[in-house]
Amino acid sequence: MLLTLLAATGFALLRIRNLFAVVMLAGVYSLLSAGLFTVMDAVDVAFTEAAVGAGISTVLFLGALALCGHHESKPGHTPLLPLFVVCLTGAALVYGTMDMPGFGEASNPVHHHVADHYLEESYGEIGIPNVVTSVLASYRGYDTMGETTVVFAAAVGVLILLVGGARARRARGGGEG
Amino acid sequence: MTLDLLLTHYNYWVVIFLMMVGFYILISRGNLIKKIVGLNVFQTSVFMLYISLGKVTEGTPPILVDGYGDADVVYSNPLPHVLILTAIVVGIATTSVGLALAVRIKEAYGTLEEDEITGIEAGIEPAGEAAG
Amino acid sequence: MREEIIVRVGAKVLAPFIIMFALYVHFHGDYSPGGGFQAGVILAAAFALLALVYGLEEVQRVLPPWFVRGCAALGVVIFAGVGVVTMLLGHNYLAYNALAPDPTHPEHGQHYGILLVELGVLVTVFGVMATVFYLFAGRKGQAP
Repeated sequence: MLLTLLAATGFALLRIRNLFAVVMLAGVYSLLSAGLFTVMDAVDVAFTEAAVGAGISTVLFLGALALCGHHESKPGHTPLLPLFVVCLTGAALVYGTMDMPGFGEASNPVHHHVADHYLEESYGEIGIPNVVTSVLASYRGYDTMGETTVVFAAAVGVLILLVGGARARRARGGGEG
Repeated sequence: MTLDLLLTHYNYWVVIFLMMVGFYILISRGNLIKKIVGLNVFQTSVFMLYISLGKVTEGTPPILVDGYGDADVVYSNPLPHVLILTAIVVGIATTSVGLALAVRIKEAYGTLEEDEITGIEAGIEPAGEAAG
Repeated sequence: MREEIIVRVGAKVLAPFIIMFALYVHFHGDYSPGGGFQAGVILAAAFALLALVYGLEEVQRVLPPWFVRGCAALGVVIFAGVGVVTMLLGHNYLAYNALAPDPTHPEHGQHYGILLVELGVLVTVFGVMATVFYLFAGRKGQAP
């Protein structure tokens, strides 16, 4: 049910040309996917998606739109070639899923590599009930540290792009802004 | 058999549909902000694929009930959750870099449409040669 | 939006609760859904809400841009620093068992380690989100 709603929102995203509406729909899309994550037991992920997707990212997109104007002009060329490429890729992927194990079966191989260990041993080894937190911060501590660094690097990138550029323009003498 | 396949694979197929919607927006639309939205849709569909893989039927969220891994409580797989949790935050960080680039392009060229930018590029270069 | 009294009062009432909620999400992350990533985003969202309603300048008086940039860097330092401390205590990098006050119960160290590391994540994510928000919102628009 939620999945169908999501598909409809995705389709609307494709059609609408007013970027303001697109950004709002993207927020709706995020919130729907957060609901879907809750249904699929990923409460931590749903929490993050709701906070990030429906909160901060909408604000950031709106900020960018305020700087860039919100009308998208009509695409110039016919969409047949992209449509063909997309259909081809989609068909290949659907063909790929035929070999995948069914949704939600407990015997799927993905559940029996390290996940068993995390679920059975983590209370003894770490001592906290939320397995997601203990895997995130302890078993996969290096991973999380890398992610933190990437987030930091992204901020440095935005700083360079938006602050550094203004400074360089001023240095060139007056600038156009 | 066919119905069975439909029921067990419906999730994957919707994920693929969403991924293709994102992909289509990405390659067929000229506006850079719209492209970034498409990229986000694509990204979210990958998240959904991972979470679908982690789901166990009749499982509960992976927060241990009595402290120990009880045999009669079925938990969903926590590993995809961890991976996607960090991926979401990294995703918004990289999206913001993309938006910053779009803002700078808008300031430099006065437009966000790919065709117009290409046109301006093509128009500028001969003028630059003439000036040099 | 600055004249809307309902929005102004509503934002003023809600903001402290959002900030409290962010801290709850962080410190209770061991027992319920939540953790540093979510808490950082929620904290940044609280300040974004205030900035949208009261204007960017007012928020930047409380939370200057240099401070949030410092936060972004500080969080990574906290995270990496925990690793260095465990190394100095004679364990592997990021092996939190070293942090236990009582060596007979090494798993207690995991609590401290996870809390500190998540604090690093919180500070970084908050700093990054607030920095990016300031940059986008503070830029003088040249929109047509």
